[in-house]
Amino acid sequence: MDRSSHSRSRRYVPVVAAMAAATLFAAGCSSSSGGKKADETGNDVSAGKATTPRMTVALITHAAPGDTFWDIVRKGAEAAAAKDNVKLVYSSDPNAGNQANLVQNAIDQKVDGIALTLAKPDALKSVVAKAGQAGIPVVGFNSGVSDWTKVGMLEFFGQDEEVAGEAFGKKLNEVGAKHTACVIQEQGNIGLTQRCAGLKKTFSGKTDILYVNGTDMPSVKSTITAKLQQDSSIDFVATLAAPIALTATQAISESGSKAKLATFDLNKDAVAAIKSGKIQWAIDQQPYLQGYLSVDSLWLYKTNGNYSGGGSQAVLTGPAIVDKTNIDKVAAFAAKGTR
Amino acid sequence: MTMTQTTAPATGSPSPAPPALEKDGRTSERSLAIRLLARPEVGVFLGAAAVYVFFLVAAPPVRDGSSMANILYQSSTIGIMALPVALLMIGGEFDLSAGVAVVTSALTASMLSYQLTVNVWVGVLVALLVSLGIGFFNGWLVVRTGLPSFLITLGSFLILQGVNLAVTKLVTGNVATDDISDMDGFSQAQKVFASSFDVGGVQVKITVVWWLVFAAVATWVLLRTKYGNWTFAVGGNKDSARAVGVPVTFSKISLFMLVGFGAWFIGMHQLFSFNTVQSGEGVGQELIYISAAVIGGCLLTGGAGSAIGPVFGAFMFGMVQQGIVYAGWNPDWFKAFLGVMLLGAVLINLWVQRTATRR
Repeated sequence: MDRSSHSRSRRYVPVVAAMAAATLFAAGCSSSSGGKKADETGNDVSAGKATTPRMTVALITHAAPGDTFWDIVRKGAEAAAAKDNVKLVYSSDPNAGNQANLVQNAIDQKVDGIALTLAKPDALKSVVAKAGQAGIPVVGFNSGVSDWTKVGMLEFFGQDEEVAGEAFGKKLNEVGAKHTACVIQEQGNIGLTQRCAGLKKTFSGKTDILYVNGTDMPSVKSTITAKLQQDSSIDFVATLAAPIALTATQAISESGSKAKLATFDLNKDAVAAIKSGKIQWAIDQQPYLQGYLSVDSLWLYKTNGNYSGGGSQAVLTGPAIVDKTNIDKVAAFAAKGTR
Repeated sequence: MTMTQTTAPATGSPSPAPPALEKDGRTSERSLAIRLLARPEVGVFLGAAAVYVFFLVAAPPVRDGSSMANILYQSSTIGIMALPVALLMIGGEFDLSAGVAVVTSALTASMLSYQLTVNVWVGVLVALLVSLGIGFFNGWLVVRTGLPSFLITLGSFLILQGVNLAVTKLVTGNVATDDISDMDGFSQAQKVFASSFDVGGVQVKITVVWWLVFAAVATWVLLRTKYGNWTFAVGGNKDSARAVGVPVTFSKISLFMLVGFGAWFIGMHQLFSFNTVQSGEGVGQELIYISAAVIGGCLLTGGAGSAIGPVFGAFMFGMVQQGIVYAGWNPDWFKAFLGVMLLGAVLINLWVQRTATRR
């Protein structure tokens, strides 16, 4: 008896839902502003297609899933793969041991090349050596600029995080900042720590480190608010990722602080915020370029034996500074999610 | 027993034992005091009060009204979810998918409104249906299979995590949703889910009000309604509850759907206060909700707890998390401080209850 009444009510659920939705549409619930209709859809980057034999490249990062930055890396890699007649196998795991397993997996698949982020060099050292023994070229990108030659990689594309931090610190001096809070959204991440360290090195004022929980935006917002309330002498907030920067703009206005804000890395909402002046600048390491060059270089190596930097010099993709003066050039690309 | 407190500051450098406990002179009126202390929410109330007093002393900015508003805001975003999670736990189950379900709800509302270019309220309503549906699915599967809810909701946790990512990427081409702040209905919805109002010059977030309203409703339901009795009964002993006529299936499924409702509410708060949603967020939050409920006196085994306990549990979380920042301590120790303070608070809670029940 109990069950039959349940199944009956369950049968009604989709019907009621559909009716509700239909009514809402009929009642003219379409939005007159914003939404998809308002945004133009752009074409992806494409540059013809190579006629070289099909090859397979594995792109393996230490990214946590769902992060806008890594999505841009992946898009760059996909664009190069489409052009070079490459089959791209993308995988990622923030845990270094798991990332090493993914590399082993790629070796077992006998791929033609591996592109790899080297966030934790020690954990990946032996598996990179194994790839070498199997005759698979490995290129590094994004993280590990100081270690890629030691582990025997062919070439490297990325920015030196500390150099990027130093550029940020110099810029802070230029605008006359006195006291900055450097917001780390993932405690223990080497690259992020290096950015703040570089910033501290060149910045002549005082630098405070602030840790926030990057997977929970309300908590990011209240922690930054708390920091600004705790120390009213902070006149500049430095964030290390675009989504965190956008949340920080709210924390600043709500805490009543006069602090300004700049960030590392970009996404399309951050571009809009730079345009409107809510974010002063972004240190861009061009993630699209990192993904693109990694795949393209493996194709070049296979088809023509070239390798950038001659095996000893890294190819730097940043730090490029994006601010109000050059934001318009970047905006159109960022809207497509590729810059 | 006081030893438990002195162990607390051993790892963190400047934290002395919370002083509130010694001051409390309730022992004179023994019978009433003991009856009070034996209630689970009183222990956590004392723990929360101790943490509060401690930070009032250790972190001067906390004394400011706007700091309190910020702490309450953080507590409310945990607390609104901790409430249904606690009710579910009293009903003998728990939900590991609660953290990512929040993001699922926000993604649904955002993408639906944006992609179809409709009034955002349409997205909000569909997201509610989706959230309740997830709760229904969890509850139905738990009841139908008799498997532990740990296993079922671990499965849905992973499914939702993957679906959040894959569907967002499929639909928007990116891993974050598009900004919907310029769409019809947005400012209205923002008023409901993410506005703030002025109290004596201090901006208080509306989520704090919702949090307290929900807590009051939940307390009333638990203590004064048949549904509350059912909840305690199914969490205590499912079979004897069924034997005396409690609709076990209905109770359990509806409790899971209540968690869905909470996830929807917090999801809408996130969407309307941050305009876009990143699809990878929310992972790990489920443990914070569950902790707040457990610290608030809900047993992991079910059948006992209250709705007011988790309010203090969530407040303790918010207080410690932001208090450390207000105190300006070396942030490298942040997580360690958080752990020590929470353990200390739980130990006070435990000590109070043991003392009360032993005499």
